[in-house]
Amino acid sequence: MSRLDDGAGKMIGAEALMRALRKEGTRQVFGLPGGANLPMYDELYKSDIRHILVRHEQSAAHMADGFGRVSRKPGVCFATSGPGATNVLTGIATAQADSAPMVAVTGQVPVSMIGRDAFQESDIIGMANPVVKYAFQPRSAAEIPGAVRKGFYIAETGRPGPVLLDIPKDVQQNEAEMEFPDEFKIRGYHPWTDPDIASVEKALGMILSSQRPIILAGGGTIISMAFSELQAVAEALMMPVVTTFKGKGSFPENHPLSLGPIGMHGHAEANRLMTEADCVLAVGTRFSDRSVGTFEEFEKRLKIIHMDVDPAEIGKNQRTSVAVVGDVRASLRVMVKMLASRAARGDGGEWLGHVREVKRYWKENLKIHPGEMSAARILRKLRSALPPEAVVTTEVGQHQMWASLFYDVIQPGTFFSSTGLGTMGWGFPAAIGAKVARPGVPVVDIAGDGSFNMTENSLATSVLEDIPVIVFLVNNFTLGMVAQWQRTFYDRRMIGVDQKHCPDYVKLARSYGAQGLRAQSLDELGAAVKEALSSEVATVIDIPIDPEEDVLPFVAPGTPLKDMILPS
Amino acid sequence: MAESGGSGGQWAILSILVENRPGILFKVTHLFRSRNFNIDSISVGVTEDPDVSRMTITTYGDERQVAQVVKQLDKMIDTIEVRHLDEHKTVYRELVLFKIRLGSAKDSMEINKLAGAYGAKVHDARKDSIMVELAAAPDQVRAFEELAAPFGITETARTGIAALQRSGS
Repeated sequence: MSRLDDGAGKMIGAEALMRALRKEGTRQVFGLPGGANLPMYDELYKSDIRHILVRHEQSAAHMADGFGRVSRKPGVCFATSGPGATNVLTGIATAQADSAPMVAVTGQVPVSMIGRDAFQESDIIGMANPVVKYAFQPRSAAEIPGAVRKGFYIAETGRPGPVLLDIPKDVQQNEAEMEFPDEFKIRGYHPWTDPDIASVEKALGMILSSQRPIILAGGGTIISMAFSELQAVAEALMMPVVTTFKGKGSFPENHPLSLGPIGMHGHAEANRLMTEADCVLAVGTRFSDRSVGTFEEFEKRLKIIHMDVDPAEIGKNQRTSVAVVGDVRASLRVMVKMLASRAARGDGGEWLGHVREVKRYWKENLKIHPGEMSAARILRKLRSALPPEAVVTTEVGQHQMWASLFYDVIQPGTFFSSTGLGTMGWGFPAAIGAKVARPGVPVVDIAGDGSFNMTENSLATSVLEDIPVIVFLVNNFTLGMVAQWQRTFYDRRMIGVDQKHCPDYVKLARSYGAQGLRAQSLDELGAAVKEALSSEVATVIDIPIDPEEDVLPFVAPGTPLKDMILPS
Repeated sequence: MAESGGSGGQWAILSILVENRPGILFKVTHLFRSRNFNIDSISVGVTEDPDVSRMTITTYGDERQVAQVVKQLDKMIDTIEVRHLDEHKTVYRELVLFKIRLGSAKDSMEINKLAGAYGAKVHDARKDSIMVELAAAPDQVRAFEELAAPFGITETARTGIAALQRSGS
């Protein structure tokens, strides 16, 4: 039987794992070997699946996550038992918080050793259960093909999420007669619901009878790729569009109806107009506290129409007037069809005039930090230097929120961030995963120095595996977001935030064989980005900025959007 | 079960059919913990289908909270069916063992009389204590408990509530 033949037969568990992964379309795994997953690695050696070696298992999970978000097919990561498995947990939890499809495969001590506190044993199923969509531990080799099939199905259907397969070493080694089923049944899992036409009709009626309607697009819009449907609805009804941070770039941010993200560091015009709206069409969002400020204030005087694939999100954080459960792309399509058969709303009336006025006001009057290398100026420079199809990931912190404020996403679905768990160190390995999924476009990690520190050893992976991404390092030598909170809420009692100019990122990059550049003016920055775009190796662009620059506007935690703090 | 245990809240009995596999009880109880819900009582047992177990969970919350926990349970891949039982259409039973102190022969007679009135069985009758087994609806159990309390209940063991909705409802 040839290696590429996915047919049934007698083989060991580890070989069945590779065949099952191949059958799911897996072309590469991100991982790191160890004692308990050596049989898998031995079969990986024999298979045509590419292995991408990481320097820390957390990065393997983030790479698989980045790959999954961009390709919308589960990314696969491998880790050994014990510490290998616990290291991927943060990556799994990150994927769960942002509904990203992933299949993590961990080795486990042999079945007979489980429960004996064996060397490198950890109850990873028990630890991971609260942060996975599902977790399997096959106890016999013959279960592996079915577990992989179900794992991929669960990871990529409905509201996507991470699945963990924890495979004891002897289960990898044991031989069994394998079957690779296409058909299977999970009694308690019904990922798709067709949108209820009557609810969509009711939602449309509510929008048409409201005075100040607005669209709030969340991350679900990006996951279901509902870009053209969202735009069609917005344009037909002439409704302004705000997004959540995770929904950033679900709607072109250079579109006249776009107001950008709302929330803690939302755009001033988006927060203002969200507060003034009387009816919101919320698409694929869980109404995170970071987006809405306070739940009570947000739902006051506001009719909420909620479209979501996950029925458990309806009414979880906000009271809903109309709920449309189902894939949001399918739900929006129903609405587009309804709109085609009736007169459009026209020019949007007084409300849209007001929206335009508010948008214009903030475009002209939002104060930005002084100096040539302010966050706004460097991120606008990056935008102008990148093609619209470039994929951007971010780390977590001030640079992330500046990216939200000042980097406009033009082509929908090209911006990804750890928005839910807020995992520092996510952006760089995720960019590597994204580049594997979309090798033909530039991939840029908008990074901060604090976050980049956490997974900077992924430079080895980027260089050795020939996956050239760009790290756009907004360097304030500080754990800047914490520093901002200490300045704002703790009377400048600064502790634990100063990184003291260590390391030198240009030298660091070069020591890995990557390109290291420093940009101290906008001209140097433009040249550096240009050089990075044509580079065959990864590039780190170190961009020193003022450590005192705050992210503004700022809605303090536990306060409503209307009380946002503005730059003075 | 209709009485209120706090402002705006109510007792809710949830009947959950789950895959009969190891680790599912952990997942269900963990979901309650992670969503900040308390489990007042729980009973678990296999159903007529050996691959399926029924969990009966009593919890407390306002309407929105209970609706949310039902949805989160429904979302779990291992749950096959989740029902918030309607108290008017459901038969509830709990089995409780009480050990009751006996001060005198008269106490013994009265406890036996009380047990008789509630259809309870008497076990392990001794000079100074008696064990009573009561299988009844939760309000009956509470009433019995109140009447027995003055004698001195020294130990209690409960199975948790088992419940089934009546056919056609």
